Amino acid sequence: MGRFHRHPDGTEHDHDHDHDDHDHRDVGDHSGYVETGVARIAVLESILSENDRVAAANQADLLSHGVRSINLMSSPGAGKTALLKRTLVTLADELRIGVLEGDIATSLDADELGGLGAEISLVNTSAGFGGECHLDAVMVRSGLGRLPLDRLDLLLIENVGNLVCPAEFNVGEDRKAMVYAVTEGEEKPLKYPVMFRAADVVVVNKIDLLPHLDFDIDRFYANLKGVNPDATVIPLSARTGDGVADWCEWLRRAAVHR
Amino acid sequence: MHELSLCQAILEHVEARAGERAVCRVHVRIGYLRQVVPDSLLFSWEMLTESSDLAGCELVVEHVPAVVHCVACAVDTTLDWPVLACARCESHDVELRSGDELELAWIDVAEEVG
Repeated sequence: MGRFHRHPDGTEHDHDHDHDDHDHRDVGDHSGYVETGVARIAVLESILSENDRVAAANQADLLSHGVRSINLMSSPGAGKTALLKRTLVTLADELRIGVLEGDIATSLDADELGGLGAEISLVNTSAGFGGECHLDAVMVRSGLGRLPLDRLDLLLIENVGNLVCPAEFNVGEDRKAMVYAVTEGEEKPLKYPVMFRAADVVVVNKIDLLPHLDFDIDRFYANLKGVNPDATVIPLSARTGDGVADWCEWLRRAAVHR
Repeated sequence: MHELSLCQAILEHVEARAGERAVCRVHVRIGYLRQVVPDSLLFSWEMLTESSDLAGCELVVEHVPAVVHCVACAVDTTLDWPVLACARCESHDVELRSGDELELAWIDVAEEVG
C-alpha cells in the first residue's frame, strides 16, 4: 500500500514510493500543470456512464414492452421480502407482476416469493470479489433476459439489502422505492443520505412495533424532509397488513403513469 | 464496498481512452454528497491495478464540496452535513450547485516520442 496524504487543495492520494530523496513540493498541485513528457486527456465524464448506458437500454426494453419498474432498496432486514409477499397477494388479480430478486448468494427470498403468481428471476451477485453489495445495470440486464416481459405490467426489482451501495447504481427503473423500518432509528436519513435522497417513495415499515419502541417518528420525518423534501412517505406494517393498501395504490399509479 | 465497482468502471474508462499509451495519473472528482470512502477507493485501485499495465498509476481523488444556492436569500453556501438547506437563512428552498459529482476528470499519459 502506498502512502496516503492530502494536499492543501483538498486532493488526496497515495504514492507507491518513499519521499527520502525528494521534497513533496516537486509534485505540487496536480491540477495546475502537467509536467514535461506528460499529456493530459480531459474526460469529464461520469465514472458510471457505462452503467448508465446499460440502464438506459434496460429502461427502453421495459418500456417497449409496456412494463413499469420499481427498484426496491433497504438495509438488510427492513422487510422488503415481507412487503413483496403482501404486495403479490394483494395485486395478483390486477397486475401481471415480475420480481427480479437480487441476492448475494442464496435463493431464499426467491423461494419465499414462489407460488404467489409472479414471474421471478433470481440474480446472484456473488460473481465479483466475494459478492457485490448491490445490483448494477448489467446484472439487471441478465435478469431481464429470463423474464417474459411481454406478459408483465410491473417489475419489482428487489435490490441487495444495503443502505449505501444500491443507491449509486441506476438499473433502468422508473422509480426508486425504499423500505425503512422504525427499528432502525430516527437518524438514518442523515447517516445514509444518498439512499434517502434517491428514493421517490419511502415506506416506513414495522409501525406495529411503535408501542414497544422509544422511536420518535416526528424526528424521523423531520430528518427525512431535510434530506429529501419531495419523497412520498407511506407508513405500514408488512406483518399486520396495516397501510399496505396505500403502498399498493402507489404501485398501481406507478404501473400506469410515468 | 462499491468502491471496487467504481474502480473497475474507472479502469475501463482509462483503458479505453489511453489505448497503448502509459498512464501515470488518473484524476477523479467525488462530491461530498456521494458515499465514497477515499481509503477504500485507493485500496481498490491499488488492488485492481497492481498486476496490470497500470501498476504504479496514481489515483488522485479530488473532493468537491456540496454548495447550495438559496432561492430565498440568493447566496451560495457550503454544506457541512447532508441536509439540503441554506447555511445562512436555513431555508430548504435551495438548488444544488455542486457535491453530486462522481466524475473521471482527466488522465495523464506519457507523451509519445517523435
